[in-house]
Amino acid sequence: MEVIYLDHASSMPVDPRVIEFAKPFLSEAGNPSSLYEFGQKAKQAVEEARKKIADLINAETEKTIIFTGGATESNNLGIRGTAFRNINDGKEVLASAIEHISVINPMKDLVKNGWNFSQIPVDRYGVVDLNSLKKMITEKTVVTSVMYANNEIGTVEPIKEISEIVHKNGKYLHVDATAAAGRIPIDVQNDGVDLLTLSSNDMYGPYGAGALYIKPGVKIQSVMPGGGQERGLRSGTENIFAIAGMGEAARIAKQEMKNESERLKKIRDSLISKITKIDEAYLTGHPTQRLPHHASFRFSFIEGESILLNMDMYGIQIATGSACSSKTLEASHVLLAIGLKHEEAHGSMVITLGRSNNIEHVQKIVKSVEETVKRLRQLSPLSK
Amino acid sequence: MPVYSKKVMDHFTNPRNVGAIENPDGYGKVGNPVCGDLMEMYIKVENNVLTDIKFKTFGCGSAIATSSMVTEIAIGKTIDEALAISRNDVANELDGLPPQKMHCSNLAADALHAAIEDYKKKKKK
Repeated sequence: MEVIYLDHASSMPVDPRVIEFAKPFLSEAGNPSSLYEFGQKAKQAVEEARKKIADLINAETEKTIIFTGGATESNNLGIRGTAFRNINDGKEVLASAIEHISVINPMKDLVKNGWNFSQIPVDRYGVVDLNSLKKMITEKTVVTSVMYANNEIGTVEPIKEISEIVHKNGKYLHVDATAAAGRIPIDVQNDGVDLLTLSSNDMYGPYGAGALYIKPGVKIQSVMPGGGQERGLRSGTENIFAIAGMGEAARIAKQEMKNESERLKKIRDSLISKITKIDEAYLTGHPTQRLPHHASFRFSFIEGESILLNMDMYGIQIATGSACSSKTLEASHVLLAIGLKHEEAHGSMVITLGRSNNIEHVQKIVKSVEETVKRLRQLSPLSK
Repeated sequence: MPVYSKKVMDHFTNPRNVGAIENPDGYGKVGNPVCGDLMEMYIKVENNVLTDIKFKTFGCGSAIATSSMVTEIAIGKTIDEALAISRNDVANELDGLPPQKMHCSNLAADALHAAIEDYKKKKKK
């Protein structure tokens, strides 16, 4: 049975070109801090990757890029590192209500140390409510975090407008671009971003690398003291293979973005138009301001983990925001934030497309969704 | 995502005794759609023996599988035997459930017991 993988938001296959490029750094010894030849080669590889990452997001210079172990670490450094460094300017932090848990939890952790943390509401499409933001920002708001695009509902946030509001009163805007980077153009200078989180694997790069863009002049401190690598902001010997691979993945993503996003948009739009024709099936997230590879839905009367298991029987791998498939058994905070009731949030299905998908997949996907929904509704006491 | 046993997947894929019974001798409903699990059980009783059971379930894979399994265990049993079936019995027959599912999605025995209580109440009248 042909397997159709539609869960690129949770994990992506590493691009074979990336593996080929970075392979030498997997097997040979070489610490970028060492002066002998391979140490210097490793150092060069890291610097080359830094340039490629800076280029992807139009950063001022490659010096603005700090490599980390992944998006969670970048979010922690971006939020905690600025909150503690700028403690004299105020102890208030803000995040949108639909941020990833790796943004929300560091902020909740700051509360234990005396910070105030509030969540900015979003509308029914998941767009940050700008009027609320205006009211919530004060001169004591040191960090405001809003994601570039949401991983669960695909909505792209108006970062430039958010930046203008944040910088009128508050200090820094941190943007988690994990779901968006490599998929849509990002220009940190034009968007007015102070800190931006990137993840290697979310761009077809190897696991175990991430990056944090830090705008020149932003005051930040390390959250993990050690040997002082990465300008003293991220200690620990660099993961050369993953970093070199992440750089190459960023280069390829930039080069292929335009054509690839056009290609995926066609698949996405075909899926959305066909799946929303199913009775009591609804798109979640914004209908137009959404990621080109992202199609997310909810179905009344059925539950998401069952949808996932049933789709898997057809060889189709999807994701769900259902409580029953999560570790905590809590309903998705994203789906609740856009105003869904608990029983509605249970019936969600998330499709995130990637390079392995093509337009010929649409027919099989749609047929499998139709059959899954039909079968589970036959089992459900809630169906009419 | 929890990892399910082969038996759970079998009962999820081919659930036994799905549906409703018209004019059942007993009817039970447990759970809540807000929590993500809702089960309905219908029973037929002859000479104190469960001759038929049908169910409908809204919920995750283990909610569906436990519903199916409890009907399979209970059909042919006496009322007292069926009342003795515990949540753990159902989970054991399915070769176990992931720990986080033992509580929330393992309501099938409760649903069956609710249907039997309903039958007993009707009988008294």
